[in-house]
Amino acid sequence: MLNQGIADIARALVSGEYSSVEITQAYLDQIALHNGELNAFITVTPEQALAQAAAADQVRASGNAGVFTGVPIAHKDIFCTAGVRTSCGSRMLDNFIAPYNATVVEKLLNAGAVMLGKTNMDEFAMGSSNETSYYGPVKNPWNRTLVPGGSSGGSAAAVSGQLCPAATATDTGGSIRQPASFCGLTGIKPTYGRVSRWGMIAFASSLDQAGTLTRTAEDAAIMLGIMAGFDPKDSTSVDLPVPDYCAQLNKPLHGLRIGIPRQHFAQGLKPEVEIQIRAALHEFEKLGATIKEISLDNSHYSVAAYYVIAPAEASANLSRYDGVRFGYRCAKPVDLEDMYKRSRGEGFGAEVKRRIMIGTYALSAGYYDAYYIKAQKVRRLIKDDFVHAFTEVDVIMGPTSPHTAFPLGAKTKDPVAMYLEDIYTIAVNLAGLPGISIPAGTVNGLPVGLQIVGRDFDEAKLLNIAHMFQQATAWHLLTPGA
Amino acid sequence: MEWETVIGLEVHVQLATASKLFSGSSTRFGAEPNTQANVFDLALPGTLPVLNGKAVEMAVKFGLAVGAEIGHKSVFDRKNYFYPDSPKGYQTSQLEFPTVGKGSLTITLDDGTTKVIGITRAHLEEDAGKSLHEEFPTETGIDLNRAGTPLLEIVSEPELRSAKEAVAYLKKMHSLIVYLGISDGDMSQGSMRCDANVSVRPKGEAKFGTRAEIKNINSFRFVEKAINVEVARQIDILEDGGKVKQETRLYDADKNETRSMRSKEVANDYRYFPEPDLLPIVIDDAFISKIRATLPELPDVKALRFQTQYELSAYDATVLTNEFHTAAFFEEVVAACQDAKLSANWVMGDLQACLNKSELSIQKSPVSSTALAGMISRILDNTISSKIAKTVFVAMVAGEGSADSIIAAKGLKQITDTGAIELIVDAIIAANTKQVEQYRAGEEKVFAFFVGLVMKESRGKANPNQINLILKSKLTAK
Repeated sequence: MLNQGIADIARALVSGEYSSVEITQAYLDQIALHNGELNAFITVTPEQALAQAAAADQVRASGNAGVFTGVPIAHKDIFCTAGVRTSCGSRMLDNFIAPYNATVVEKLLNAGAVMLGKTNMDEFAMGSSNETSYYGPVKNPWNRTLVPGGSSGGSAAAVSGQLCPAATATDTGGSIRQPASFCGLTGIKPTYGRVSRWGMIAFASSLDQAGTLTRTAEDAAIMLGIMAGFDPKDSTSVDLPVPDYCAQLNKPLHGLRIGIPRQHFAQGLKPEVEIQIRAALHEFEKLGATIKEISLDNSHYSVAAYYVIAPAEASANLSRYDGVRFGYRCAKPVDLEDMYKRSRGEGFGAEVKRRIMIGTYALSAGYYDAYYIKAQKVRRLIKDDFVHAFTEVDVIMGPTSPHTAFPLGAKTKDPVAMYLEDIYTIAVNLAGLPGISIPAGTVNGLPVGLQIVGRDFDEAKLLNIAHMFQQATAWHLLTPGA
Repeated sequence: MEWETVIGLEVHVQLATASKLFSGSSTRFGAEPNTQANVFDLALPGTLPVLNGKAVEMAVKFGLAVGAEIGHKSVFDRKNYFYPDSPKGYQTSQLEFPTVGKGSLTITLDDGTTKVIGITRAHLEEDAGKSLHEEFPTETGIDLNRAGTPLLEIVSEPELRSAKEAVAYLKKMHSLIVYLGISDGDMSQGSMRCDANVSVRPKGEAKFGTRAEIKNINSFRFVEKAINVEVARQIDILEDGGKVKQETRLYDADKNETRSMRSKEVANDYRYFPEPDLLPIVIDDAFISKIRATLPELPDVKALRFQTQYELSAYDATVLTNEFHTAAFFEEVVAACQDAKLSANWVMGDLQACLNKSELSIQKSPVSSTALAGMISRILDNTISSKIAKTVFVAMVAGEGSADSIIAAKGLKQITDTGAIELIVDAIIAANTKQVEQYRAGEEKVFAFFVGLVMKESRGKANPNQINLILKSKLTAK
C-alpha cells in the first residue's frame, strides 16, 4: 500500500480498507526503516502524526471527512510549522521552532492532512542537488549514489522512496520540477501569486512559489486545489478564484497546440533524453495535439539574469539572520560586529554565503545599473518571449533537465555547472508562469522529466494535459527498484 | 567675509495610524518592551509585509495640503543595513518613486514677511526599534515596539537661510501635521524628528558649500542652537583656510556642540532595490479626490478668515491659527461671548502666558473656553473692569470657580453708580488742593495721580471710564 498516492489513499480511507492511523503508522515505519539511508527527512513527527491521524479517523467516523482527511503528507522544511523545528536546511535555523503555521501548512491541516515530518532541502533552497543542506545530502531512491535534484530533494526522495505519498515543495528556479524529473514524479510549480508565500521562508521573493511533488497529476490537482488561493497576508498572492482542478482532468486534448522551443532541444541536451522527450511529444500527437517549433529568443540569458536577481533578493532576505532575535548565535561574541560576523559566518553554509556575496555585489553602488537593472530588463524580454509564443501555442513543452540524475559530488566543486542545471526551468520562474514536470521515459533505468509550461493561471490546463498523458502512458507508475 | 547659511531639513513625522505600516501591531507609545511586536515585527522567517492603507491616505493628505504632486504609482524599496534595532536587516522605504512629490510650505518670519520653501518630496517608511543600553550593564536590550511605526519623511529644498527660518519652517510643519490629524506632533515622544543639512557659502556665491548633516534634533530650541553652532564651526574652518568635510554629525545639547559620528556608521552603501514582497501603490484621481474632500481648513486659509470674519489684525490671526487647538479654543470663546477682539487678547495674552508658565497645551487649559467666555462677558456688561478681570482670571486658574462666583465671593463687582464715584472724587479733590492747582495750571500728568487715588479708594472696583469722565469734569469745573 506504500506505492499509493493521495487519490488511492483517499479511496481506501473511504472504503475502510485501512484507517488513517494505520496508513500513517505504515509510513512512519517506512521512514524509520529507510530515512537513515535516504536522508529525506530532517524532522519526523510521529506522535503529532498519529494524533492527527486518530483525529482524522474520528472526523471520518462522524461523517465529516473531506478528500484529504487522514491522508499523510510531508512538508518541505522551508514551511513554518507551529511548534515544530523549521530549519530551512540550515545550521542558522537548527534551533528555530516556528511559532506559527505557513498558510500552505494551515490550509492542508484544515483539510485534514496528517503531517509525517519535515523534508530535507538545499540550505535556504539554494542548490540543484540537495547537497548544500546542513543535514547532509539526500540520496536518490532510484540509485543511492545519485542526487535527487534540488532544492526540494528531500520531498522528492520521500515521495519517490515511498516514505510518504505526497509532499509540499517550493520552486524558485526549478526546485520542484528538476527533482520531479530526477525522481520520476509529478511536480507542479504554479503561477507566481497562485499560492500564498506567508510562512514560506524566503529565498528570492519575486520568484519563490510553493507547489507539490506527487505520484500523479490527479494527486497534484487534489493537493494544489487545497493550497492555492488568495491570502491577505501575502500582498503578492493573486485574488482570483481557484478552479476545480480535478473536474478538468479528463478533458480531451484534441486540438491542443504544443510549442517546442528550439533552444530547449539544442546543444547540451543529452541525445538519449531528447529521444525520450520526442517520443512523449509523439504520444501527445496521438492524443490529438499539434506540435510547432517556436523560439524563445532570450532564453540563453535566463540563467545569467536569474543569478543576479535571485541572489540580490536573497542578500536582503537573509539579512534577518543576525543572531539577535532567533536562530544561531555564535558563542561569546565580544561586540556587535563580532556577533554578526561569526553568527553569519558559522551559521550559513558555503553556497548561501556565495549567493549573499553575489547579490550584495550586484546591488552595490556603481554596479546596480549594470547588474540588477539590466537583469530586470532581460527578465522583461524573457516574459515577452513567452507572451509572444502563447499567441501561437497553448502550452510549451520540452525536457525538464538536459540529463538524468547525476552522481553525488559530481558538481559540488563547480558552481556554474550546478547553476546550469536549471537551464530549462529558470525562465519559467522569471516569467512567473506555471510549469509542471511529469515522468516521460527512462534512460538507463533513470527517470526523464517532460516540462509543460502554460499561460498565467493555466494550472488546470497543465494538470489536464499531464493527467491525459498519464492515462495513456505508464511512466509515472514506475517506482525505484521496480 | 560675509557668509550665507544654506539649510535643508528632513523631517520625520510619525503617522497617527492605530497599527504599524506593514503589520497589525499597535503603535501605542509607552508599552512594555516587545509587547507590540508580532511575528512580522520580529522579522521571523516566512513573514511578509501588508501595507496599511491608512498610512497612504495620510501621506496623500499631507501631499495635497502642501500642493504637491501625488505619485500615481509609488514603490517601496529595501534600504539595506545591519543594526540590532532593524530586525529585517533592511528598512522598507521609498527611494525613486515616493508617494508625495514636489510641493511647498509658506513660512512667516519674525518681521511678518512670508517666504515659500520648496518641498522636494515626502515618502513613507518604517521606523526602527530602540536599543536599550541603560538597564543592562554588559548587554544591549532591544525593544521592537516602535519598529514598523509609519513615518513620513518630508525633505525640503535647501532654501532656508538661517536657523530662525529653519525653526519657522518646523513650527509651520508641526502646525500643519496636527491640523491634518496625521500625527499627534508630540516631539517629546519623537512624533516629529528632524535632521538638518547645513552648509555655508560666501554671500553672493551661487554654488553650495559642502554640507554636514546634523542628525536627530528633536526640539525647536535645539534645532536653532544646533544649526547656529554648526554654522559657526563651518565658518571657523573656512576662515582658517580649511575645508568642511561632508559627514554626519550629532548634536550634543549638553555641550552645545556638534561632533562627527564614527565614519564606520556613516559609510553605508544601502543597496536600495524595489521591495519584491509589496506591489506598487497605485493612486488614482478618484482616491485623490476622496482624500481632498477630507482636508480641513488649513492655517493660512483660517488666518485669512479670522481677519475678515473677526476683524483681527494679520498678526493676531496668524498667532491664533498657528496651532489647531488654539484656533478652535478661540472660536469657542468668541461664539460664547461675541467679542472677537477681547477674546483674541485674552487667549493670546493671559491664557497663553499661563499655559506657557505651566507648560500645558491648550487642550489641558485649566480655564475652559466657556469659563473664559463667561469672564469676558462680565467685562462686556461692565460688571468688572479689564483690570479686575486679571484678578478674576488668576482665581479661575487657581480653580476657585467661575467668574461669577469669584466676583461675588470677593466682592469685585465694579462700582458704576455715578453718585458713589462722585462722592469719592469730591473727597479726593477736597483733600488734595495742591495737586488740583497743579492740574489746573496745565500739569496734565497729575491726572493719573487722581485716577490712582480714586481706584485705591474704591479698591479697584470703580469703572475706569466713569472715573475719567467724572474727574475731568470736576477738576476743570471751577
